Amino acid sequence: MDSSESPGGSAVCIEIAIRPGRRDVLAARLLESAREAGLGLPDGLATRRGYSLRILGGLPAAERLARDLLADPVLHETRVYAPESPPAEPDTLRLEVVRRPGVMDPAAQSVVRAAARLGITVRDVRTWAAYVLPGSVDRALAGRLGRELLANDVVEEVRVAPAQGVAPAQAGRPAEFRLVHVPLREADDEGLLALSRDGCLALDLVEMKAVQKHFAGEGRDPTDIELETLAQTWSEHCKHKTLTGKVELDGETIDNLLKSTIARATRELDRDFCKSVFVDNAGVVAFDDAFHLTFKVETHNHPSALEPYGGAGTGLGGVLRDTLGTGLGARPVASTDVFCFGPPDLPDDRVPKGCLPPRRIMKGVVAGVRDYGNRMGIPTVSGAVCFDERYVANPLVYCGSIGLLPVDRLEKKADPGDLIVVCGGATGRDGIHGATFSSLELHDESESVSSGAVQIGNAIEEKRLLDVQLMARDRGLYSCVTDCGAGGLSSAVGEMAESSGGAHVVLDRVPLKYDGLTYPEIWISEAQERMVLAVPKAHEAELLALFAAEDVPATVIGEFTGDGRLTAEYAGTRVMDLSLEFVHDGLPRQTRRAERRPRALTPVPALPRGECGAMLETILGMPNVASKAWIVRQYDHEVQAGSVVKPLLGVTRDGPSDAAVCAPVLGSKRAFAVGCGINPCLGDVDPYQMTLHAIDEALRNVVAVGGDPSQTSILDNFSWGRCDKPENLADLVDACRACYDGAMAYRTPFISGKDSLNNDYRVGDESRSIPPTLLISALSILDDLSVATTMDAKAPEHALLIVGVTGPELGGSHLARALGATGEAVPPVDLERAPRILSAVNDLIREGLVHACHDLSEGGLAVAAAEMAFAGGLGAELDVTKLPVRGEVDATARLFGESPTRLLLEVAPDVLDAVEALLDGVPWARLGKTTSEPRLRVRDGSGVLIDLPTERLHAAYAKTLDLDGEQVHR
Amino acid sequence: MTTPKVLVLRAAGTNCERETAYAFERFGAEATTLHVNALLADPEALARHHVLAVPGGFSYGDDVGAGAVLATELGTTLAPALGAFVEQGGLVLGICNGFQVLVRLGLLPGLERPLGRPEVSLTDNVSHKYEDRWVRCAITSRRCVFVGEMPEPELPLAHGEGRLVPADESVRRRLFDDDRVVFRYADATGAPTMDYPANPNGATDAIAGLTDATGRVLGLMPHPERALFGFHHPEWTRRKSPGSAPPDLGPGAPIFENACAWVREHR
Repeated sequence: MDSSESPGGSAVCIEIAIRPGRRDVLAARLLESAREAGLGLPDGLATRRGYSLRILGGLPAAERLARDLLADPVLHETRVYAPESPPAEPDTLRLEVVRRPGVMDPAAQSVVRAAARLGITVRDVRTWAAYVLPGSVDRALAGRLGRELLANDVVEEVRVAPAQGVAPAQAGRPAEFRLVHVPLREADDEGLLALSRDGCLALDLVEMKAVQKHFAGEGRDPTDIELETLAQTWSEHCKHKTLTGKVELDGETIDNLLKSTIARATRELDRDFCKSVFVDNAGVVAFDDAFHLTFKVETHNHPSALEPYGGAGTGLGGVLRDTLGTGLGARPVASTDVFCFGPPDLPDDRVPKGCLPPRRIMKGVVAGVRDYGNRMGIPTVSGAVCFDERYVANPLVYCGSIGLLPVDRLEKKADPGDLIVVCGGATGRDGIHGATFSSLELHDESESVSSGAVQIGNAIEEKRLLDVQLMARDRGLYSCVTDCGAGGLSSAVGEMAESSGGAHVVLDRVPLKYDGLTYPEIWISEAQERMVLAVPKAHEAELLALFAAEDVPATVIGEFTGDGRLTAEYAGTRVMDLSLEFVHDGLPRQTRRAERRPRALTPVPALPRGECGAMLETILGMPNVASKAWIVRQYDHEVQAGSVVKPLLGVTRDGPSDAAVCAPVLGSKRAFAVGCGINPCLGDVDPYQMTLHAIDEALRNVVAVGGDPSQTSILDNFSWGRCDKPENLADLVDACRACYDGAMAYRTPFISGKDSLNNDYRVGDESRSIPPTLLISALSILDDLSVATTMDAKAPEHALLIVGVTGPELGGSHLARALGATGEAVPPVDLERAPRILSAVNDLIREGLVHACHDLSEGGLAVAAAEMAFAGGLGAELDVTKLPVRGEVDATARLFGESPTRLLLEVAPDVLDAVEALLDGVPWARLGKTTSEPRLRVRDGSGVLIDLPTERLHAAYAKTLDLDGEQVHR
Repeated sequence: MTTPKVLVLRAAGTNCERETAYAFERFGAEATTLHVNALLADPEALARHHVLAVPGGFSYGDDVGAGAVLATELGTTLAPALGAFVEQGGLVLGICNGFQVLVRLGLLPGLERPLGRPEVSLTDNVSHKYEDRWVRCAITSRRCVFVGEMPEPELPLAHGEGRLVPADESVRRRLFDDDRVVFRYADATGAPTMDYPANPNGATDAIAGLTDATGRVLGLMPHPERALFGFHHPEWTRRKSPGSAPPDLGPGAPIFENACAWVREHR
């Protein structure tokens, strides 16, 4: 060792460069992206990976580490230097992207571990990227490249032409302990509100007063950590205050919207396949003799607006932990994702200050879900993407997870005396105030004030945790589990303490990523990849040994009690002593006023007959309809070997599947279908009908692939504008009522749900809401995967049948959108007929009579027929004269209307009699046939409406969202 | 008859171990999934098995480089045991990330012995994009025991770093001269191709899978365990009448079947 070396080792930089003559793929991509973004860069960009660390043995040890681990000798050359003396590179301009201090750096841990195997001791590892540009490039341009393509300022710093190399990670300094009491008792109304605002507590005056009164009763002021705990637990995010509060609308008071609509339907339906609903981290339904299925969908909107990559990744990571925290832990077997973004082609001047452009958000979100899901080894099988300018500042990210739970691992309960064990990742300053942040409005400074609310995930940490937790589950080593999500330990321990009757935590024992966290920060940090277990003392040693063998930290941080208190100590001092009853039941229930909004609706102009073909091409290219293959292909949708119906289908391998089918138990033919319904365009016209449409769409999607509608359950996810705006709340009431009516009509229970009701963005004095957006997800059982059916046309000269009725209304349709109108009414769902239609289609599929089945949704019949034909490499001839209709329906509405509960079926002509028998009592018609000539021909009584080669339709569908060549470094 | 004993290795981030173990079990093998910590603590465990499978995933997050950390762990501790295992008739299968590990270890293509010097690399796809898609594979050598007489398969793959790059021109030539190339990405006619997306990553000479001198080691980027069942194929619903059962086995199954049959016959 170098005699001058400090005890932690010498600081070094190790830089990995691509060997001359080898292809720098990233550089090539970046140049393309930069040019598309209008940053004209000359050729000659080189990309580098870098590591800064402290190492025992100085530069020689670093040389060896570089050669034996960090570089691939086939591809790379390395340079090793001290940070204060980086090698000069004449005639170049150097740009570095470095994570800000405290931001998760997943690679750091791997480097420490692998170096140890080589007998090299390193610490304080920090990884970074460097980009070496020709010296002729202007510094300002390089800065723009960094900011606009390479780095997100929230989590990363861009260094242009730095004088020194990147320093190793800083070890934090231990926080100085000082117990803080908040002077609540003496505060007046103004003072209470100031305390809430300054502490980022997101509690309103009524709530602050309830807290004040409680502590007055205890004869003391709360400590900061006590107040934080209440704020976390009482947040909209955790408590769903709006949905469970009281609402006044039209002179009527609705007491607990959730209970009186969504949960009520589930209760009244009382389906025997529901094993656990609305109580655990996910809904649980029966699957087979050995397993139940769990299903949960989460929203992760606010973090994704600020840091799309980290936000979306941790959104998925969070819902996967919900699965791990359901019952005693389910194994995630499939993920879903649904996004809402601003239009991908929105001009820069329409992007509000402080917001990222929609394209960048979209790429970041897709990359975040991709990297987290693929690394976890969980197939992402189903989803949707919606675009609307009102999502520009407030994108929506829904991540869903389906899990497999052994039937004897459903029940859980922490008992007094059980140890509180936190396991998985260490706790850092990540995501402080996430729960309360998501309950506030975004504004143009959110980026700077809330950067602590951004989390970056480490998927491998969570995969390790998953593996070992499920082993511990199978050995019966713990009695209760929940995930650390919003609110961190405060929520997780607080929740589990409810089942035992109390808990005591020693905060000093919580493993930290770095020094410097205060005790409230330890308690509310939303650091990712952590679970909390209740471990009976008899199993402590075995559990800790098992976790150690798998390199997963697990630490006893306290004990569940039965004393009715939630208590904590730090540095030998009691810092928290809260009544559990007050924490969970002390939140005052408030009444909110709802009022229907006036709607500015515009009629849809008539479309000349001659323009129907061009309109079809237009709609196929609209981003909501266009192929999502660019996204889907980046997701591993086949890992776990359960993929039965893939998201992309047909001979073109990009036909849009209505839903995915998975067989989650290797060797078994029992399967599930998962699909979704979402159509915010309809909500502007009629939120009640939008909701019924979403339910209907989710159900017809799973039915289209062979799902059994009588064994189907659904989930609700509301993303709404601020609900203290009475008109947003009225929309919510209408939507909830439709949830009840829909669930009852189809006999499909809601098993889980989640709401995000603060999706507003403030620009100046104006608070802008997103459109009311309801995602319905459906999970359906297939007794045998052999009945699974796909949407691609299979053979020429087969009959094409439509099932369902077409109405004249065009409100909220894509045709209306394309013509710049809203439309005046949404075609209503016929709740009496719709369940019979879905059931009849399922009968046909189960009888083996259906070659292809495709649901009619955005863009109506014309879009469905086009997709079916080109995905099958075939053509189709249709005559819409015979379409079953309601009222006077013109040719345009026949082609492009979006009436619900309609499906297009391909059947062989020789089974038409059998088909007709099974469709008795259901509206249907034979519209035409498949053809070997790849053209779509549609006519009515007056002549030809559409006559186009399917290749052209496919091209329109394929190009809009093909963002190839624009991908940035992650 | 010998029951084939398969050791399925897992590490932090491995994520295809369950289906890989199942694929061997489907053909009568006894598969044990072992954490790398346990194997490093007991290298003898290797000798108690006939097959070592290194499954797909993102071992250690592919931090530092695809498969690099796991290869370093195995290389520093297990190289002699691994060399002896192959010498004495053991089979090794590396799928996707497992292939990346075997290549980084120098076990494949293994032109020069001993282990330790990578001769080829598997690096970023030319598209610079992780992609999940099915590809057609031409079989260019049947010397490898996993391949046997299997038909040229269509297989799924899912990776961001699968572009095979030889260290130099001489390695490139020897891959063919020494008969190490087993699978090549092929177009619809079955001819090896450099065209995207049939060759999804831009691999040199369209190489998708390699074997070693013994023919008992196979590494490939596609995932045969995800093509184990008939219903795995993306067009299975196009190839049968509605409602009828798909074929039991898919195009990837023979790789596992051949390995198990070989063990039964030779061990």
